[in-house]
Amino acid sequence: MLRRFYLEEPERVQEASDLLARYGESAKAYAGGTELLLAMKEGLVHYERLINIKKIPGLDQVKLEDGAIRIGALSTHRKLAGSPLLQERLPALVRMEQNVANIRVREVGTLGGNLSFAEPHADPGTLLLVLGTRLVAEKASSKREIPMERFFVGAYETCLEPDELLTEIHVPLQPAGSSLVYLKFGYLERPSVGLALFLAFNERERSIAEARLAVGCVGPTPRRIDEAEGMFRGKGVKEAASLISRAGEIAGHASDAIGDLHGSQDYKEHIVQVLLKRAFHHACGKLQEAGKGRGELHG
Amino acid sequence: MADPGLRRIGGQMIPITLTVNGVIQEIEVEPHELLLDVVRNRLGLTGAKRSCDVQVCGACTLLLDGRPVSSCTLLAFEARDRSVLTIEGLAEQGRLHPLQEAFIERGGLQCGFCTPGMILTAKALLDENPQPTEEEIIDFMNGNICRCTGYKKIIESIIAAAGKMKET
Repeated sequence: MLRRFYLEEPERVQEASDLLARYGESAKAYAGGTELLLAMKEGLVHYERLINIKKIPGLDQVKLEDGAIRIGALSTHRKLAGSPLLQERLPALVRMEQNVANIRVREVGTLGGNLSFAEPHADPGTLLLVLGTRLVAEKASSKREIPMERFFVGAYETCLEPDELLTEIHVPLQPAGSSLVYLKFGYLERPSVGLALFLAFNERERSIAEARLAVGCVGPTPRRIDEAEGMFRGKGVKEAASLISRAGEIAGHASDAIGDLHGSQDYKEHIVQVLLKRAFHHACGKLQEAGKGRGELHG
Repeated sequence: MADPGLRRIGGQMIPITLTVNGVIQEIEVEPHELLLDVVRNRLGLTGAKRSCDVQVCGACTLLLDGRPVSSCTLLAFEARDRSVLTIEGLAEQGRLHPLQEAFIERGGLQCGFCTPGMILTAKALLDENPQPTEEEIIDFMNGNICRCTGYKKIIESIIAAAGKMKET
């Protein structure tokens, strides 16, 4: 059962921020509600006031500006899953969005809400971590950019201040000759393990110029795995392939996996290793396809 | 928090206008009321079911402007100025929708509890993709769970309905 609350419907960011500042912990920003309302129905949290931010115009756009894709925080998963701009520039994000939860959740759930709620078992945060993503947070009097790496603080906890709203997600365009893969595994309603791998190749030398790896869902927050990324940088594709089992082991250990309903710590670490191998082969396979014709580079 | 407004909690009524199964409804809802409860308890349309209550099973599926939503987790005020379709509104002038006919003919239901949600989701699918492949059907429908596990017949029913609708 949902307990009673009061609804506010501001039409500007500043107004929403003022309300959040005024009512403090008794109020919460509300967009799609796909996560928030579940927690409220379960009685895990209660807010006396919900601030519906969906009446604020202009926060659901997806556009290309200054070399970055700018995604309005109120864009629904469905919108992103069907965005022609993203399909062209960042197909791996489209595929990830097409597989978020189910069709009904994608219809109302927003990317900004997903990130702000910081539910550990979610897909977008992990993928955005390997893309140099920056998040725009706004409040009444100021606006700042937060690197994705600093956004998640803990399970259900972000570095947003109580009166700040996440308004935009900036994803830089990825360089030509790069490959991006997101894989997930799970048999429950939510993903149990998510893994994102970004590889940029030095075409002539057939070597890996840049590697970024993130693992999510297994612990409190998705995180970059620097320890394994370093093993790939500067290596030829064959040499990197020979290191992949070891890299997977390191990534598993570094992922902060915890045992829970989704599986034991060991089990999750093993799945991380398996997914890294698969992601690596997908990523390298895509590069080869791209070399044959102008194939998909980032998908 | 000494806010006089808080004492009013429970008193906030939001007047909304929505269309349910083609009929305009002007009602007042409280912010916390869920669309499922409004449709079932106030409008008497009990086809949509409360089952998992966490947006996983699809038994509470309604179409909002033609798109499937979980009415168990959608605040009723969100339906303002929008159009809601429930299973009760699918038949036209006493004639069952081809999906309903196909589910009956092909045995696309066992206990029937998931069926309203299955049929409404399938309608949304056929509206945007009139001739889906089996793979596309599975992809679109994978958020609707049949605890009797009668998926094979459900998929067959949707394919049959798509065939019927093509003929007409």
